[in-house]
Amino acid sequence: MTIDKGNGAPIEFRLDAASGVPTYLQLVHQVEHALRLGYLKPGDQLPKVRDVVASLAINPNTVLKAYKELEVKGLAAGRPGQGTFVQATLSQVALPELTVLRRSLSGWLATADGAGLDENGIIALFTSALRDFYERRRESSTRGPASDGASDGAEGAA
Amino acid sequence: MNMIEASGLGKRYGSTWALRECTLAIPAGHVTALVGPNGAGKTTLLNLAVGLAEPSAGQVSVLGGRPAGSPAALDGIAFVAQDMPVYKNLSAADLLHLTRNLNRRFDRPYAEARLADLGIPLKRKAGRLSGGQQAQLALTLALARRPRLLVLDEPVAMLDPVARHDFMALVLTAMVDDGVSVVLSSHVLAELERVADYLVLLSHGRVQMTGEVEDLLATHRMLTGPAAEADRYTERPVVHAGRAEAQAHLLVRAGVDDPVPPGWEAHPVSLEELALAYLREPGAGARPGPARGRHAQPTGVTK
Repeated sequence: MTIDKGNGAPIEFRLDAASGVPTYLQLVHQVEHALRLGYLKPGDQLPKVRDVVASLAINPNTVLKAYKELEVKGLAAGRPGQGTFVQATLSQVALPELTVLRRSLSGWLATADGAGLDENGIIALFTSALRDFYERRRESSTRGPASDGASDGAEGAA
Repeated sequence: MNMIEASGLGKRYGSTWALRECTLAIPAGHVTALVGPNGAGKTTLLNLAVGLAEPSAGQVSVLGGRPAGSPAALDGIAFVAQDMPVYKNLSAADLLHLTRNLNRRFDRPYAEARLADLGIPLKRKAGRLSGGQQAQLALTLALARRPRLLVLDEPVAMLDPVARHDFMALVLTAMVDDGVSVVLSSHVLAELERVADYLVLLSHGRVQMTGEVEDLLATHRMLTGPAAEADRYTERPVVHAGRAEAQAHLLVRAGVDDPVPPGWEAHPVSLEELALAYLREPGAGARPGPARGRHAQPTGVTK
């Protein structure tokens, strides 16, 4: 068995070709997921663009777009000549709210179940609503200027 | 700056036009995919751009206005032809030597370092390397010329999935390291989405669609709804309609802000879906941005 050794970055990206989710968005989601679960914390360096390109064989512009998106969200910041670094964490913010959100989701799940949706139906509905949500948010964020000041000096992350 | 710019470009072999009235501009900084069925003119267009063929009509220039085939153009372009041509009886070292002497610019240390990274022995004859290694050797020879534009004709068609992945990784890291722009032809649609961010769709010798992948995807939607109402949808141009007894899928030129008729669902499209839809409807054409008064009639409904 061969074990691919990482390049020292805390996380490594993977791609799900069958998911239908655009590649850059998959990278964004994986960073957010890692932030939520504590694999990434502020100050950590995200995988270098070149390393991501070499391991996944994807367009470098796609990686840059994902990192840009994370900067716009205030989760990461580029340091010229060094790379992109984690700026904020998601787990801190989420902890107190998480219980509330989980409870309301459980309520919704019960409603969906009562309406006759099975597990796959619920997943399909949730996934499609979620995708629409991010799509809309992505489109509104690419259309308008970045509203939060989180992307200062974040150009040219590589 | 445009890496390849063509205007009214055409190439005729005997009485057959392999490429006709081709006008396009491929900008720098992208991986551009040239997509089309066999015989669409992909190889002809690439051969004209790299100076291996003379146009029968129109002009083509590269690297920001240098006439294709001129010494200034040749210096900045590297081309890997279909089926990865390397002389099978020469060793990798001989091929390095040969390529260095046939070109004005050749970075030998770069080539040797790359081959060492790839684990390709310099002494072995090219014909005894695996298909994937031959492809990587051909690519390394091309990259060692330190081009600004790398042109690849069907680079991965013959390779197995692992070799395909490794080959594209080598191409794309060169883009990161050296800022190389890439133009490649392919009919492996499924893999293009990861690799290409600019698309040129060729069909029957003509450019059918061109633009940044992101823009093209943002201006198309798949509408799913009742088949009985499919013909009544006229709000936006329909590129391709697929219809069963009850349900219909319409690939339409519409953005997220365009209204979705009641009872219909709108989904984003993948690059593969988009390219297939256009290839199935050779009459449909699109450029990114607002439709330019070309409100096409709903085309060929397939049952």
